[in-house]
Amino acid sequence: MTGPKLVSILRQGSWLIASIHTALDDTQMVLFQQDLIEQIGRYRSRGVVIDVAALDVLDSFGARTLRTMAEMARLRGAETVIVGIQPDVAFAMVSLGMDTGSVPTALDLEEGLAYLARPGGRGPGHRGSAAG
Amino acid sequence: MTERTDELQPAGSAPSASTAEDQLLPQLVAHLREHRTRLRQEWAGRIQDSGLLHAMTPQEMVAETTSVYDNYVEVLETGSVEALQRYARDLSERIIPRGVETHEVVGIVLLLRDVLARSLFEKYQRDFGLLNRVLDAYEPAANRIANTVAVSFVDERERVIRQQQDSIRELSTPVLPVRERLLILPMIGVLDSERARQLTEQLLTGIRTHRAKVVVIDITGVPAVDESVANHLVRTVDASRLMGASVIITGLSPDIAQTLVTIGVDLSKMDTIGDLQGGLEEAERLLGYSVSRVDGAGAM
Repeated sequence: MTGPKLVSILRQGSWLIASIHTALDDTQMVLFQQDLIEQIGRYRSRGVVIDVAALDVLDSFGARTLRTMAEMARLRGAETVIVGIQPDVAFAMVSLGMDTGSVPTALDLEEGLAYLARPGGRGPGHRGSAAG
Repeated sequence: MTERTDELQPAGSAPSASTAEDQLLPQLVAHLREHRTRLRQEWAGRIQDSGLLHAMTPQEMVAETTSVYDNYVEVLETGSVEALQRYARDLSERIIPRGVETHEVVGIVLLLRDVLARSLFEKYQRDFGLLNRVLDAYEPAANRIANTVAVSFVDERERVIRQQQDSIRELSTPVLPVRERLLILPMIGVLDSERARQLTEQLLTGIRTHRAKVVVIDITGVPAVDESVANHLVRTVDASRLMGASVIITGLSPDIAQTLVTIGVDLSKMDTIGDLQGGLEEAERLLGYSVSRVDGAGAM
């Protein structure tokens, strides 16, 4: 990919913070998926926050890919939370019968991190040995 | 020969009669001006007999009928309805709040038309041809007046209705922060699809601005919902969940509960609690608040 980065994946302790900066086409979405899953293994992450606040539209492929990513991340030992879904996007998604399935959602990045750090969740302090 | 033609065909078709036609309306107007008091009284009498306009006092009736009469004759004279339109709008503005109905307004205008037509009959009954031509000149103008008044009245009423709808809409869905991260939406009145749409919009933006985690929607004041509104409500709850907020719905009346179950709306994902108090307690539990009474305080 050339030009400005479409997605940034930042490492924060045992968590990854993936921010989507602009609308992604299907190919870019798949690249993002591969990138993220690979990094979960590389950094032995226990939690992932996917921030979609910059998106003013999310199609069904996008929503499904997000669900798949969360499921793959779970199999790789990381819990995923999707944050920053805009009001319009949220309503459009439910109107079109799309949802995030069993993937938890939170208002924004801060909330998402608080969700990962919740008591009983897999916070940085509860790092297990079976990651990766 | 010319006279026969006039009798058989509607006036105005014979070119020779056109100068006479020009004279007809002024003549007619002069007649109506001359007998103004008598005709107006007759009209007012017929209004009373028909039981119309009982919302008005006799004095008001005299004043209004006089000015309607004068406006009416003026329109006949000038053929321009603009002044009448303005007057009719003013009049409507005055009488609508007092509960005057459309049929009354149309009724009184038609009565005036009949009273005047009757007087024209009396005046011209000897000359049938002339009467025909007078009526040909009078009727289109009179119908146009009736039309103008009725349309102005209905327009004014619709404007009032729109205004009221707007004000209902403005006060209809307040989004109120109760505690940090907790919003309540008390809904009052009928939920139609327009209000449901507005509710969604306000709720979702409210969640964003107040960073809400829990929202309590209280529908105690909603008498009924239909299927599309119920489905809209379910979608709103789902959308709120996508934004990371849980929604608790309180105060479903037995009627609404029955409707929802009967029409088969899937409410399994909705969190419902009997009343607002219970809803707030549940919301506080979710947010980790605990409210306790201080010993001794509040003892009156």
